[in-house]
Amino acid sequence: MSRTSRMFLGFVVGFVAGAVLLTVMRALVGLSPLAAIPALSAGFTPFFNALAPLLSAGLLLGAVGLMLGLDPALGLARGLVGMAIGFVLGILLTHFVRLGLGLGWDAESAWVGGASLAPIGFLLGVGALSDWLKWTRGMHTPEQHGPPAGRPAWTRYFGFDQNHKVIGVQYTVTGILIMGVGGTLAMIFRTELAAVGRQFLSPDAFNTYISLHGIIMIASILLGIGGLANYLVPLMLGASDMAFPRLNGFAFWLTVPSAILIIMAIFFGGWDTGWTGYAPLSVRGPIGINFFMIGMFYFGFSSILGSLNLIVTTLKMRAPGMNLFRMPIFVWAILSTSLIQLTATQFIGLSFLMVVLERNLQMGFFNPAEGGNVILFQHLFWFYSHPAVYIFILPGLGIISELLPVFSRKPLFGYKWIALSSMAIALMGFLVWGHHMFAAGIEDALRVPFMYSTMLVAVPTGVKFFSWLGTVWRGKLFFPTPMLFVLAAIAVFLIGGLTGPPLATISTDLHLHDSYFVVGHFHATMFGGFVFPFFAALYFWFPKITGRMYNERLGQIHWALQTVGFYTMSLTMARAGLLGMRRRIVDYDPALGVEGMQLIVTIAGYIIFLGVLIGVYNLWISAKRGQVAAINPWGSRSPEWQIPSPIPEHNYAEPFEVVGDPYDYGLPGSVYVNMSPSRGAAASTPAH
Amino acid sequence: MTAEAHTPPAGGISPAKRLQMNRLGLWLFLLSETFLFGGILAARFYLWGATRPHLDQILGLSVTAMLLVSSFFINRAEVAIKHDDRIEFLRSTGITILLGLLFLVGVVGLEWRTAPVNPATGGEFGIYGDVLFFMTGMHAFHVLTGVILLGVVAYLGYKGHFHARNFYGVEAAAIYWHFVDLVWVFFYPALYLMGVAVGPGH
Ligand code: HEM
Ligand SMILES: [Cu+2]
Repeated sequence: MSRTSRMFLGFVVGFVAGAVLLTVMRALVGLSPLAAIPALSAGFTPFFNALAPLLSAGLLLGAVGLMLGLDPALGLARGLVGMAIGFVLGILLTHFVRLGLGLGWDAESAWVGGASLAPIGFLLGVGALSDWLKWTRGMHTPEQHGPPAGRPAWTRYFGFDQNHKVIGVQYTVTGILIMGVGGTLAMIFRTELAAVGRQFLSPDAFNTYISLHGIIMIASILLGIGGLANYLVPLMLGASDMAFPRLNGFAFWLTVPSAILIIMAIFFGGWDTGWTGYAPLSVRGPIGINFFMIGMFYFGFSSILGSLNLIVTTLKMRAPGMNLFRMPIFVWAILSTSLIQLTATQFIGLSFLMVVLERNLQMGFFNPAEGGNVILFQHLFWFYSHPAVYIFILPGLGIISELLPVFSRKPLFGYKWIALSSMAIALMGFLVWGHHMFAAGIEDALRVPFMYSTMLVAVPTGVKFFSWLGTVWRGKLFFPTPMLFVLAAIAVFLIGGLTGPPLATISTDLHLHDSYFVVGHFHATMFGGFVFPFFAALYFWFPKITGRMYNERLGQIHWALQTVGFYTMSLTMARAGLLGMRRRIVDYDPALGVEGMQLIVTIAGYIIFLGVLIGVYNLWISAKRGQVAAINPWGSRSPEWQIPSPIPEHNYAEPFEVVGDPYDYGLPGSVYVNMSPSRGAAASTPAH
Repeated sequence: MTAEAHTPPAGGISPAKRLQMNRLGLWLFLLSETFLFGGILAARFYLWGATRPHLDQILGLSVTAMLLVSSFFINRAEVAIKHDDRIEFLRSTGITILLGLLFLVGVVGLEWRTAPVNPATGGEFGIYGDVLFFMTGMHAFHVLTGVILLGVVAYLGYKGHFHARNFYGVEAAAIYWHFVDLVWVFFYPALYLMGVAVGPGH
C-alpha cells in the first residue's frame, strides 16, 4: 500500500473510531450521545449540535490515524495511542477500586481516573520514560545525539528528542498552534459581543469559550517562554545543551497531553468558571472542569521541571569568564522567571487538586456548610497566579532589554539595575496576591498592606522603563521588524503599567473590579510583556534558527496591524469598563452605551488576528523559501551570532571565553567573547 | 545528517561537575516541594485555626517514631555504600523500607480507619476529616514514592551497581527520604498537638 493510501485509511478508521468512542463516552457519562458540546444555539443549531462533537472527536482520532499511516514509528502518534490506553486503564482501575470499596459506577470519578493516567500513557508511548525505566534495571543509556538513526531528519521534531534546539522549536511551534486555537475562540465570542442581544452563542458556550480562551492563551505563553528559553539559554551561556536533556524532553512532552486534556473539557459540558476556576462554582459545574484542572496540574508539573532545568543550566554551565553580571540580560530574566515557576506553581496545582478532591471525594475544603472556606481557594490560587503574571512578562522584558542595544548600537543603560530589577519583581511578586481579592471579602486588615505592596512593584518595573529610554537616547537607531516589535512592546506595556495602579487602589478597584477595565489592563500587560517581544524574538533569531531571512515587507505589515489593532482594542476595552461593562457576560445592557465600543473592540480583534496570521505565514514561507541569511545580519555581539546558521548539533565547536561586558556596543575595541581562545583570536564588535 | 551530528559535544561535562548539577537539581526539586507542603500547612491553619480533631496519640507518636528512626537507618545505608560495605547497605535499606511500610500501615491502615472523623465509622466531622485525610494522604503518597525509590536503589545495590565511587543514586534517595521525614516533623504537631482538641472522640 502506498503511503498516501495508508494515511487515508488511517484517517478514515481514526475518524470512525473517534465518533463511536465519543458516543460511547458520552453515553457513559449520562449525556445524550448526540447533544453537543455547549455549541452554537440559534439557527442551524440542531444540526450543528449533533455534528460538532462527533466531527471534532472524529477529526482528533482521524489525525492520529493519519499520523500512524504516515509513519507508525512517529513518537507523537505512539504517544497519542498510549494516551488512549492510559485513559481506558485509568477508568477501569478507578472502577475496580470503587467496586472494592463497595461503591458502584460513577462516571465522574471514572473520567478523573482516566484523565489522571492518560498523560502517563502518553509519556510512555512517546518514549519520554524509556531511559529512566532502563536505569531502574541498572542499564546505562547514552545521551542521544542527532536525529534518530536511519530516519529522516524531520521526524525528530515529532518524537522524543534531547537536543535543546529541537525542544525549543517544539515548544515554540506548539505554542503558536495553541495560540491559534485560543485566538480562534476569541474571534468567535468577540463576534457574539459585537452587538447588544444574543447573536449565536448560548450562555454556556460563551462561558466555555472565554474560559478556554484564557487558559489556552496562558498555556501558549508558557510554551512560548519554554521555547525561547530552551533554545537561547544554552547558546548564550556557551553550553552544548541543557543540564538535564532527558528531563527537558520529558517536560516538553508532558505539555502535549495536558493541552489535549484541557481542550477535551469542551466535550464534557465545558466549564463556566473562567480561567480562574473559582470555587464554589468550579465544584458545582460540569464534569469538564475536572479535565481543565487535571490538565493544568500536569502542565504545572512540566513548568516546574522545565524551570528546574533552566536554573541548574544557568548556575552551572556558563562559559569560562562569564560571571553572573556578564550573563546576557535575557538569561537573568529567565533565571528570575524560573525561580517563580519552580516554587509558586505548586500552589495552582494544590488549589486545583483540592477542587477535584472536593468534587470526587465529597471533601469540603471550600464549602462553608462543612466548615470550609471559599476564600481559601482564592488565596491559594492567586498565590500562584499573581506571580504567574510575572512569569509571563519577565522573559519578554528580557527580550526588550536584549534587543534594544543591538538596534541602538549603544550599551544597555544600567545593566546591573535591570538584572536586579527582574529578581526584585520576581520576589516582590509573591507579596501582592491579595490585590485580586479586594472585592471578595478578605480580611479588612489585609487590604491596605496589599495595596501598598502592589504599588511597590511598580518601582522595579519603572527601573526597566528608564533603562530602555536611557538605552535608545542618542543611539544610532535602525528599524527592521524586530526593532519595530520591541518599540511597540514598550508602548503597549506602558498602558498595562498605567492601568495597574488604579486597580491596586482599593477605592477605585471596588468600581473597576471584574469590569472590562481589568480585561484591558491585563491584555496590555500580556501583549506588551509577552506577545510583542515574542514576535520580536522570533523575527530576530529567525535567520539564526533557519539560516534564512524573513520577508521584511510582510513583517512590517504584521507589525502595523498588530500594533494599531492592539492599541485600539485595549484602550477601548478600558473605556467600556469605566462605563460599567462587566467582564465574562454574554450580553449587556444597551443603556450602558457601550455598544459602539464593543463593535470597535471586535473589529480591532479581527485586525490583530489577521496581523498574526500574516506573521505566521511569513515565518512559514520564509523558512522554506526566504533568502539565505548572513551569519550575523544584526551585528550582534552575542556568541550565538558568531557561529554558522542553522546552528550545528552541538552549538560551539570549542568552548569560548568571556572577556568583557555583553552590551558595549559602539565602544571602540571592546570585546565580549573570545570565540577560539585556544587560537588566541578575539572577535571584536562587528561594525554595522 | 553529517557524521558530526553523532559525535559527542566538545568540552563534555566532567563527572564531578555532573554530580554537582545532579545535587543542585535535587535540592531545587525539594525547594519546590517545600512550597507544596507549605501550602498544605497554610490551608490547615486557615481551616482549623487553633483547633484540631481528637486523634489517637499513641498511634501518632508511634508512626512518628518509626519515620524518625528510619531516617537514621537510611543514613547508615548511605555511609555503608560509601565504604563499599554492601551487606550493611542492604540491611539498613531494608530496615528503612520496612519502617516506611509500617508507617503507611499505621497512617493509612489504622489512623484512617479508626479516626473519629471517618464517616465510615459513623463519625462524620466535616472539615476535620477532610483536612486530616488530605494532609496524611499527600504525605503518605510521598512516603510511598520514597519506598519505591528505595526499593529500586536496594535492587540496584544488590546487583552491585553502587560502590564507593558511584553512590549518587543512594544519596539522592536518602536525601529525598530525609525530606519526606522532615515534612512529617511539621505535619505531626500540626495534626496531633497544636490547638484545642474538639469534636467527637476520646
Ligand atoms: C504596575 C503593575 C501592575 C499593577 C499595579 C497591577 C494591578 C492589578 C490589580 C490590582 C488587578 C486586580 C483587578 C481586579 O480584578 O479588580 C490586576 C489584574 C490583573 N493583572 Fe495586573 N497589575 C500590574 C501589572 C500586571 C502585569 C505585568 C501583568 C502580566 C501579565 C498583569 C496581569 C493581570 C491579570 C491577568 C489580571 C486579571 C486577573 C483576572 O482576574 O482574571 N498585571 N492587576
Ligand atoms: Cu496580580
